[in-house]
Amino acid sequence: MTRKIISYAFLVFVLIFVYAPILLLVIYSFTPSTIIGKWDGFSLSLYGELFTNARVRTMIINTVVLALLAAGLSTILGTIGAIGIFYSRGKLGKVVKGASNINVINAEIVIGVSLALLFSFLTFNRTYFSLLLGHLALITPFVVLSVTPKLKQMDPSLYEAALDLGATPTKALFKVIIPEIMSGIVSGFMLAITLSLDDYIITSFTKPIGFDTISTYAYNAVKNQAKSDLPALRALSAIIFLIAVIVVIIMNIRASRKEKTK
Amino acid sequence: MKEQMTENIIEIKDLVRQFDETIAVDHINLKVKRGEFVTFLGPSGCGKTTTLRMIAGFDRPTSGEILLNGVNISDLPPNRRPINTVFQRYALFPHLNVFENIAFGLKQKRVRVVLEDSKGNRKEKTQKLSKQEIAEKVAHALKIVDLEGFEKRSITTLSGGQQQRVAIARAIVNEPQILLLDEPLGALDLKMRKDMQIELKEMHKTLGITFIYVTHDQEEALTMSDTVVVMKDGTVQQIGTPTDIYNEPVNAFVADFIGESNIFSGTITDHKKVRFIGKVFDCVDDFEKNEKVDVVVRPEDVVLTAPGEGIVDGEIISSVFKGVHYEMILKVGRNEVVIQNTVEKKVGEKCGVMISPDNIHIMKKEFSVNRYDGYITKKNTVIFGDGEFECDVTQLYAGSHLDEEGYLITADGEQLDLTDVDVEVEVGLHDIDVSDEPEIGGATGNIVSIIYKGDHYQIIVRTEENEEDYVVDTEYTWNENDTVSISIPKEAIKMKLKTEEKR
Repeated sequence: MTRKIISYAFLVFVLIFVYAPILLLVIYSFTPSTIIGKWDGFSLSLYGELFTNARVRTMIINTVVLALLAAGLSTILGTIGAIGIFYSRGKLGKVVKGASNINVINAEIVIGVSLALLFSFLTFNRTYFSLLLGHLALITPFVVLSVTPKLKQMDPSLYEAALDLGATPTKALFKVIIPEIMSGIVSGFMLAITLSLDDYIITSFTKPIGFDTISTYAYNAVKNQAKSDLPALRALSAIIFLIAVIVVIIMNIRASRKEKTK
Repeated sequence: MKEQMTENIIEIKDLVRQFDETIAVDHINLKVKRGEFVTFLGPSGCGKTTTLRMIAGFDRPTSGEILLNGVNISDLPPNRRPINTVFQRYALFPHLNVFENIAFGLKQKRVRVVLEDSKGNRKEKTQKLSKQEIAEKVAHALKIVDLEGFEKRSITTLSGGQQQRVAIARAIVNEPQILLLDEPLGALDLKMRKDMQIELKEMHKTLGITFIYVTHDQEEALTMSDTVVVMKDGTVQQIGTPTDIYNEPVNAFVADFIGESNIFSGTITDHKKVRFIGKVFDCVDDFEKNEKVDVVVRPEDVVLTAPGEGIVDGEIISSVFKGVHYEMILKVGRNEVVIQNTVEKKVGEKCGVMISPDNIHIMKKEFSVNRYDGYITKKNTVIFGDGEFECDVTQLYAGSHLDEEGYLITADGEQLDLTDVDVEVEVGLHDIDVSDEPEIGGATGNIVSIIYKGDHYQIIVRTEENEEDYVVDTEYTWNENDTVSISIPKEAIKMKLKTEEKR
């Protein structure tokens, strides 16, 4: 009995430890105070600021557009790469696979610095394009990593069956292989979005001057506390947290439904 | 493709497929008649599936040709061959339902149609099949495989047998000229397999399509096929009707692989007389006198008589009930004869044996001696068959002897250094000793084949390095894939100088 109580107590403690800061953040997103800990009365003004403050608004749009663009491109690149690696035989395939995996393990700071070096070496000004390239370099290997297991699970005769039934290799790819590995592609895309959304290091090394994403903005805001729009970040964080919770709930519901139909 | 009406729909000429070092298909020649049900039969790794894959177009031949209606299709991609395949594990598309799976091939299809407009101008055009045509064809195919009304079902909800039927429907709906079936019943249970065998045979009759079937199950092959192609190690052993293959196997391998059989070593004693299991039997095959032969007798062809009334007497040492018949083993001298009969004889009972001359099938002995190319070393040993053996080098020159330094002195007193001299080596099947202690022998290898020959086993030991074979007659039981070492007594190694050396 006591063991049970202890184990429950421990669980509650861990949950509080993990979620208390977020909870605090959410509560204080409903008050316009500049410092956490001081309650200036309930208000939705911080949420309003997200839409009225032009700087905050562009930063949010910047982040989301960049994430969608980078994730979309890296999903295409990563899927093609994974299929290419999977079907290439011999040494070349192994080398490419290894090369693609290194970036996953590699410290982000190394990628960031080396990209910055490369761009300046090529006298390539920091532009939106360089930022996009930086994000692609970071997240594409993760897409490859999430698509490859699906290819391995696939029955290798499926491709041959498609050819056998008269499909051209291209048709077989789009009608059979891609649908078959779709779940891997989707999870690769989601992973790519999250990675791009909260990336700070690579973004700060490759972004053009004056361009900010949520993470670089928040970092700078914390550094120079004087910025007046800092509190608005609380509202933004609360919204992002809410979206994450909703996504997790939807995924759980879908998973349990699938289980039932089987 | 212009169709040339020949009797043979498929003609395989000198087909070879090599993967890196291993030769999977080794110079195969084969003709398949239009409308025939042909089965490639053989143990795993015999090249049957590789041959099928080359006909389907999934594999390119290393050399040789595959002719379809007289046209070489070796380089044609699979999607452009009028051939469809039923895969071993079905390979149905899990993201599509039953209808979509079967319609997949039809949706790729383009047909040439002649259109006539209002002014009477004729125009030829290629177009897709209409939705209605596809639906009709799918419904018809589902009817053939007995799955009417299954259109909307998801593949994952089907049983193995139903998936099998969908796979067949998906292939036949395209009306291919040839249907390839790669061990399609392998994943089904026995009862279902038997039912499907009959149904497939029926389908073959009604559809009139040429079937090429691959299996390792000899019973399946005999039940279904018009022609059986028995394969082993990438080569064709025998091509014939099931009856021919069963009654007239060309060698011990085919006899052993097709059905139960007694295989004995025998000798031809006179015109149409053969001696085996210690007695002389009348036979119908004519061989040269004193020739060593393999004798095949099917267990159901051995007739048991009262003791003394048969040609030879023996004692029953085992009897097992097998459902329809009893399988008994009769000990005759040192030989064991397997007998199938519906009447049981008790263990210990003495019986006579009669075998009618038609039921004694005689084959040329496949291996009577092992032959190798070898060479002599500095130490006057011989290297052949991936091993080094002690030998008597003086046999190479009549009347010669060795001096103290290991040089050979010929009868004329000439001194010869035999190092690196090439020789032809012969070793008898009985002269090889097999042991599971690896250090003992001159060579080591794995057992790749075991054939029981009445009073002994004939095993083939294959070395790993150069795949050299040692054919060994032994009284001991071994298992396939056992790693064993080969030793040969010095005096059993017969050597001859290579004739080329003399030139």
